[in-house]
Amino acid sequence: MRTRRPPVDHIVRTRDLYSSLGHESYRWVRSETPPPWTRLAKPLKECRIGLVASGGVYRTGQIAFHHRDDISLRVIDASVPAAELRTSHFAYDQTNARIDPNVIFPVDTLRALAVDGVIGDVSPRAYAFMGGIYSARRVRETLAPEISRRLAADQVDLALLVPV
Amino acid sequence: MGLIARRVEADGIPTLAMTSALSITRSVNPPRAAFLDYPLGHTTGKPLDAGLQREIVAASLAAFVELDKPGAVKMLPFRWSDDDEWKRDVVLSGDARAGRSAQPVYQCEADRRLAQDAGECPTCVFL
Repeated sequence: MRTRRPPVDHIVRTRDLYSSLGHESYRWVRSETPPPWTRLAKPLKECRIGLVASGGVYRTGQIAFHHRDDISLRVIDASVPAAELRTSHFAYDQTNARIDPNVIFPVDTLRALAVDGVIGDVSPRAYAFMGGIYSARRVRETLAPEISRRLAADQVDLALLVPV
Repeated sequence: MGLIARRVEADGIPTLAMTSALSITRSVNPPRAAFLDYPLGHTTGKPLDAGLQREIVAASLAAFVELDKPGAVKMLPFRWSDDDEWKRDVVLSGDARAGRSAQPVYQCEADRRLAQDAGECPTCVFL
């Protein structure tokens, strides 16, 4: 039977999960102001793309993430062979990400799009961290400015952000 | 990730936030988003299907041209399966505040040895 169902409401699901575990309910960030807006300055096929992903990706030789509000970053060379990518995350099923990291860290995908001429090129440095950070304050005040500063230094034309 | 999108965009770099969690994205409200109605952990495609991954990311990046309103979300047309039965039993376990330590959790033991042998990690940024 080809039933269609609406998108899973992950806010409700998390609330239910926490309550079943006896934790206090988690309050998702709710932005009260409209988002900022920066127009893309040139055609996509001329753009350098910076990748930022929160699936807990690290490269062999790097230190893995710990699972207690880790806000550290891993800088990963965008030419990395997918076989050297690993994941460490407490909150999603990593089975498929470990079979093919491109499902949450699309480096091969972006390189292929550059070869096809859909995008200009891939910034040489990609950034990975482990999402599920409970402190919105630490994300706002520490992690976000650090990532923003690095993307600007890399002179990317746009940032592709991939959560899990 | 929406908070990071807002900061990067405010600093002058256009962003696109991929998402498979629509309600969370609507709540955090990043400048631009592309929604893929897949189970979590597959934000940019299915494993070992490079063609599909390319289609998904290309369709998402097209949002830079298509979306012109802050907070807009592009609904991607891709479906995980013919029916949506997978949505019935989406439950993530493993999410518990208690009992998590501040020790790195490696995918496999060999990775721990590689990291230890490497010593200093200049590409690990501790904030």
